[in-house]
Amino acid sequence: MSRFHFTQTDVQRLESQAQQLRRDIVSMIYAAKAGHPGGSLSAVEMITALYFHVMNIDPSNPDWPERDRFVLSKGHACPALYAALARRGYFDPALLNTLRQYKSILQGHPDMNKVPGLDMSTGSLGNGLSIGLGMALSAKLHRQNYTTYVMLGDGEIQEGMVWEAAMAANHHDLKNLIAIVDCNGVQINGWTNDIMTLEPIADKWKAFGWAVVEVNGHNMKDVLTALHTAGTMRKPTVILMRTVKGKGVSFMEDESKWHGAAPSEEELVKALSEINMGGVV
Amino acid sequence: MALATRMAFGHELIEIAKTREDFVVCNADTKTCGLEKFGEYFPGREFSFGIAEQNLVGGAAGLAACGNKVFIATFAVFASMRACEQVRTFVCYPNLNVTVIGTHAGLQVGGDGATHAAIEDVAIMRSFPNMTVVQPADAVAARAIAHAAVDFKGPLYVRLHRNPVADIYDPETYHFEWGKANTVADYGSDMTMIVSGILLKKALDAAAILKDQGVGVRVLDMVTIKPLDKEAVIKAAKDTGAIMTIEDHTIFGGLGSAVAEVVVQNCPVPMEIVGIQDRFGESGDPELLYRDHGMDVDSIVKKTKALVGKKEGGKK
Repeated sequence: MSRFHFTQTDVQRLESQAQQLRRDIVSMIYAAKAGHPGGSLSAVEMITALYFHVMNIDPSNPDWPERDRFVLSKGHACPALYAALARRGYFDPALLNTLRQYKSILQGHPDMNKVPGLDMSTGSLGNGLSIGLGMALSAKLHRQNYTTYVMLGDGEIQEGMVWEAAMAANHHDLKNLIAIVDCNGVQINGWTNDIMTLEPIADKWKAFGWAVVEVNGHNMKDVLTALHTAGTMRKPTVILMRTVKGKGVSFMEDESKWHGAAPSEEELVKALSEINMGGVV
Repeated sequence: MALATRMAFGHELIEIAKTREDFVVCNADTKTCGLEKFGEYFPGREFSFGIAEQNLVGGAAGLAACGNKVFIATFAVFASMRACEQVRTFVCYPNLNVTVIGTHAGLQVGGDGATHAAIEDVAIMRSFPNMTVVQPADAVAARAIAHAAVDFKGPLYVRLHRNPVADIYDPETYHFEWGKANTVADYGSDMTMIVSGILLKKALDAAAILKDQGVGVRVLDMVTIKPLDKEAVIKAAKDTGAIMTIEDHTIFGGLGSAVAEVVVQNCPVPMEIVGIQDRFGESGDPELLYRDHGMDVDSIVKKTKALVGKKEGGKK
């Protein structure tokens, strides 16, 4: 059965898993007293769908050469990825509360040589799509069937290097490369379109030769469908997922100040209570 | 024989590729070292990135993260500065198996002028953790380094020059060893010249003239700039009491600085750093440029006498 196939039971399981990741994210950032909750929370459904359903991976064999790759180009959202890797069995979830601490495997931005299951070190924005491009070229070179997923922030695509990689992916005909842009509309100093206009985002990618799939990034069923669609395209495909920065915690939603700030104890309690009560849009 | 180190390295890599399939080449539309034809000879093993050096290095890192040995070739200015952060953060930080070939190094670039003359690249590359930096003095050494590079694991920067230079080494006897300096001349113990790259020929010419004038110097080829052969540097300081470094690179941060770091912390002796002064390159015959910066044979001879004099003065 295709790894893209899903049932209503899968959707419910994944939605529940996503809420676990949200609890982990706010808890670990609270424990670290620093981190990036906004862009971590907006990416949760997609990361959950990838790591708990779609990606062909084996936590007991993290370096398996045939595995699907995931590059978190927006590396500051690593709390979401760390939580997914831990809950998927790559390492002990008890380590999540060591985020950003001295000697922790969980660096402030991800280090592939420290974290089992992490495919690439990232953190400096604009670089991940090039890395994914190289991984997709490697699959082609060695006739391997894995897919490479690269998640970018929407503010991040202001970096020119992203478009160097976009151009090259089309040139090299990399249908095994899927970019995911987390369009939460907010970057560190405010609304993305106030700081540097991104729209029309879809037209930009189309002009570079990419197939474009647009989706509500907080609807698990739609996210799974979008990943399926992207996997069937005959050219490099970008999923533009419309999301809400800080999704799931009311006081963090759409607020640039929660791009990189840790909740107080009181805010943590409120956040956890909202996540526990909250369903998904 | 006279061949540019860049062409010797590139052609040797193409020769090696005939019997070894375990590496790939990434290019960014420059005429660097002959490797732009790699894909014609070995279809599927060369990837074109166009004029986009950041993506070149990022793509190479992705290929390396999947277990490939990757060679990327571009001008040293672009490898070290346009793609500086990609080399640092995505090759050196994850310690990936990427060899960065930087060609057209130093003032030897000549007519292209300041924009294309990499005079800072060694300073940049050697500052990155995990990075190894090598620079051959002639085509014989360049070919030997090509073989060593294929088997090397980790980030590597190979610094190569544009124009032909006369062979210094005999291919039958030359042996390249990572992190080891070669003693190429030993005329006495008045001073040691530590050289990296194509200026080794000028150092040897100067040493021969000095010998005739009664000044006996040793000449070391510091082919690996990082990790530096500290033992050889300390031995040179102890044996000869004065050290001159010679390099086609700014006097800041390159071989001279690397040697000085070892000398001052272990065995302080008078030093002279011969290299490009604190200004950009410019168009012109490389020999005129070298003279302008005090890097020609006559200047090396004069500076050696001055340095040896300083050393003897210190002893009085």
